[in-house]
Amino acid sequence: MADEDIRESLIAVQATGAGTADAVAIDETIVRPVPDRGSKLVRAVRFTRRSPKFALGLSFVVAIVLFAIFGPMLTQNPRFSGNDALLPPSSEHWLGTTGLGYDMLAQLAHGARGSLIIGVIVAAIAVTLSVLFGVVGGYLGGWTDEVLSLITNIMLVIPGLPLIIVISGYMDGRTLWFVAFVLGITAWAGSAVVLRLQARSLRTRDYVAAARVSGEKTSRIVFVEIMPNLLPLFAAQFLFAMIFAILGEAGLSYLGLGATGSITWGTILNDAQVGMALTRDAWWWFVPPGVMIALLGGGLSLINFSIDEIINPKLRAAPAAVKSVRKARKTVRKGDHTGAASTTVKVDA
Amino acid sequence: MNASLDLQSASQRIPGNFGASHGQEPVLTAHDISITYEVEPPVHAVKNVSLTLHRGEILGLAGESGCGKSTLAYGLNQLLKPPALLRSGDVTFHDQGGTDIDVVGLEGDALRAFRWDKISMVFQGAMNSLNPVITVRAQLFDVFTTHRPGMSKKEKEERSQELLRQVGVDPSRLDSYAHQLSGGMRQRVMIAMALALNPQVMIMDEPTTALDVVVQRGILRELMRLRETFGFAVIFITHDLPLLLEISDRIAVMLRGEIVELNSAANIYARPQHEYTQRLLGSFPSLTGDRGAFIRTGEAI
Amino acid sequence: MKYYVRRISFYLITVWAAITLNFVLPRLTPGDPGEIMLAKLARSGVEITDQLVRSVNLLLGGATEGSLWDQYVNYLGKIFTGDLGVSITTYPEPVVDLIAKALPWTIGLVGLATVISFILGVGLGAWTGWKRGTWADNLVPGTTLIQSIPYFWLALLLLYIFSVKLKWLPIFGAYDVFTFAGPEMSWEFVSSVIYYGFLPALTIVLSSVGGWLLGMRNMMVTTLSEDYITTAEAKGLRPRRIFTAYAARNAGLPSIAGFAISLAFVVSGSIVMEQVFSYPGIGMLLIRAVQGKDYALMQGIFLVITLTVLAANFLMDIFYGFIDPRARQNG
Repeated sequence: MADEDIRESLIAVQATGAGTADAVAIDETIVRPVPDRGSKLVRAVRFTRRSPKFALGLSFVVAIVLFAIFGPMLTQNPRFSGNDALLPPSSEHWLGTTGLGYDMLAQLAHGARGSLIIGVIVAAIAVTLSVLFGVVGGYLGGWTDEVLSLITNIMLVIPGLPLIIVISGYMDGRTLWFVAFVLGITAWAGSAVVLRLQARSLRTRDYVAAARVSGEKTSRIVFVEIMPNLLPLFAAQFLFAMIFAILGEAGLSYLGLGATGSITWGTILNDAQVGMALTRDAWWWFVPPGVMIALLGGGLSLINFSIDEIINPKLRAAPAAVKSVRKARKTVRKGDHTGAASTTVKVDA
Repeated sequence: MNASLDLQSASQRIPGNFGASHGQEPVLTAHDISITYEVEPPVHAVKNVSLTLHRGEILGLAGESGCGKSTLAYGLNQLLKPPALLRSGDVTFHDQGGTDIDVVGLEGDALRAFRWDKISMVFQGAMNSLNPVITVRAQLFDVFTTHRPGMSKKEKEERSQELLRQVGVDPSRLDSYAHQLSGGMRQRVMIAMALALNPQVMIMDEPTTALDVVVQRGILRELMRLRETFGFAVIFITHDLPLLLEISDRIAVMLRGEIVELNSAANIYARPQHEYTQRLLGSFPSLTGDRGAFIRTGEAI
Repeated sequence: MKYYVRRISFYLITVWAAITLNFVLPRLTPGDPGEIMLAKLARSGVEITDQLVRSVNLLLGGATEGSLWDQYVNYLGKIFTGDLGVSITTYPEPVVDLIAKALPWTIGLVGLATVISFILGVGLGAWTGWKRGTWADNLVPGTTLIQSIPYFWLALLLLYIFSVKLKWLPIFGAYDVFTFAGPEMSWEFVSSVIYYGFLPALTIVLSSVGGWLLGMRNMMVTTLSEDYITTAEAKGLRPRRIFTAYAARNAGLPSIAGFAISLAFVVSGSIVMEQVFSYPGIGMLLIRAVQGKDYALMQGIFLVITLTVLAANFLMDIFYGFIDPRARQNG
């Protein structure tokens, strides 16, 4: 059993994509009985200021969210086809028009709304499912765990998008909820593996054992004692599921299998493909949606990466340490007549 | 033979055997060592420490965790990892042949050749000191391949088997991986590896802390015997002062990056000068009998 | 040994799950996929024989013969004899033949690109982890961004720049269809395949290399603070030896253990990408099947993709068992 864990924890490392570090190493840092929130918030704020990666990621995401909220109010009807077709960007149409004369900026703003909504719904579904399969299984152990983790592992290796395409293929009219549901049920397995390992290690912690001995109900233990300690992981996985969902939805819509009648960045790309934007040299039609997806995905990944660095302090501390020593060594070298210190700390050759 | 007597006699007989050199001839001198952790704000982990290790002696380095004793030991061998940085100081190794080596000035190949050949180390975590994915043999062979390029495969194999026998491990364990060995066995393997090149100094950083008392005692007894045979000097780092009193010739007590007291084990025990040393001794209530009569030496067993 | 038994039984269960999923899905959908398919065939002037009706119903449900259990047993029997039905979009070609024609293209392209990307990513990741605290750290946010670019959009962009604007590379297909009637064994054909496959392969490598790189780099940074690395340094080993046998060897394990997850991403991405390049692989075939409501073909492709991914994972498992003694001995 113990050796199975090694492999699974390694899989978990990979499963979180952006590279959630050593699932085993996570334990010590995040798994603490009820942290004092005040200091954590202060630390979070300080972290924002000190980590340019986090600040950059956050600003991408905030900008796009604001665009999705306010953009549609300020632009014309995205389906208004009274404009000339295929106009390049101008002062009148900042991003030009599509082959059907739709204003690209309006399309992009509504697309942002559509893509974000799908992303959030899918992430919520995926996190819920991963809690169900990961935390519950990991905490209860025994046969429940065996069955739940078998299902998890099967979902992990079955390629998601082909499955989504097949399911969508059987359905003619696809609502936004249907698309979100299908994406959701294929997006949770990776997270569940990570959560299961964490839940299992939490199970053996003293304070959880104490709660069990004192006769607390299982549901209470799971939700009050275990869940709060997994919050940083949930956050990381919510973001990761969002990236997955937005990329997945874009692909699906691009293939013409998205939600019927909706506007997302993926449907714009599909329109562009159908309208031969490439050969008609209408770069403003297919470049902006991809840039938006990349910026949003990149922003979420950067945030995720920063969360990784909080969860596994080594990731940030080790490079920072090398840097600070290199800097310090220079000052020592200048001031020290022995010259000895210059060779003391070797930066790996 | 009684176990505790064995352990005790080994440590006491050394001065006699190596009487000519022991106590006079230094093998490693450190002068004015300062080490800082380059974090905000910088932490001065070791402050102007000077230390002399004599040929063949066991020098105990005692202090609570975080006092800088491990940092000092790593600094002696240029093994500090960022953010630790040796700010100042000299370390001189007095080689058997009579040449003095400026350890701090070593670099690149010269440094690598020096390591393990002159000073070997046994680390704290018995569990994690061995590479989990290659065999014990491969890890022993690594030492020979690097330091004794002339050795044939057969010689390496024979030497490796001999080393394992010396530390009381079955030579068939050469084929094993770390996860197949018990904690005690891993640490014995590490000691075998440390012996591989017949070093003149061995630095041991909490080598038995993670092990249970019986295993710990067995390994220490083995270590005493090996030192008797090969005559290497040991810097033995631990927070366990009673243990040091038992095995060391001299003991240095560290507090907040400084050596506050350095004296023979007998003097430390009988006449502790510094208030901190007194406190350390006082915190072990079992310390009532004669030297060597602690429970850990296993008289009862 | 136990390790391999465990893994093999896991894969068998997964194959069974995939087949069952194929059986269940069309029977769960509100419409009647079998009926739709037969109606489509009839419209295109194909004579609907009883045998054809039975075959379609067996695959997709519809006007049922026997209990659900009987259908299931018959279905399994049909699948295991390698009969995946006939395609309606290219009637009466068997689904198996269509897949057999498309699969080599995808395996060749995606397989090769994945191997290149894996080696490149893990290698670069190990190196940037080793060089932590230097300028190499700057690669990290950059690769994060590249990683979030959708495959197919990158494909569109590359296609626009290199094929439409610069006209250096072809716009569609897997080889020059005007020169060659079909695949043949000649140097000219092979070079044409390379010429046509360059951009699709580049897309896959660019999009997936970041994931490998980041995962490996993070593991490397974590591994470098392990005790056995300090031991190796104290032993005076050469940096090259420490890098390979001590650091990278251990840090690479998660990349291999987690190969499944990443491969699933690559395969998913490649399916959409094939559509952009009109690459005659399994992805484009799947889209064609979906658009033409060719459900039998759709089912067959899903099964084959799953089996291929499982096979790749199984190979990686064997390799994993080979390099991690802990897995090999206990399972």
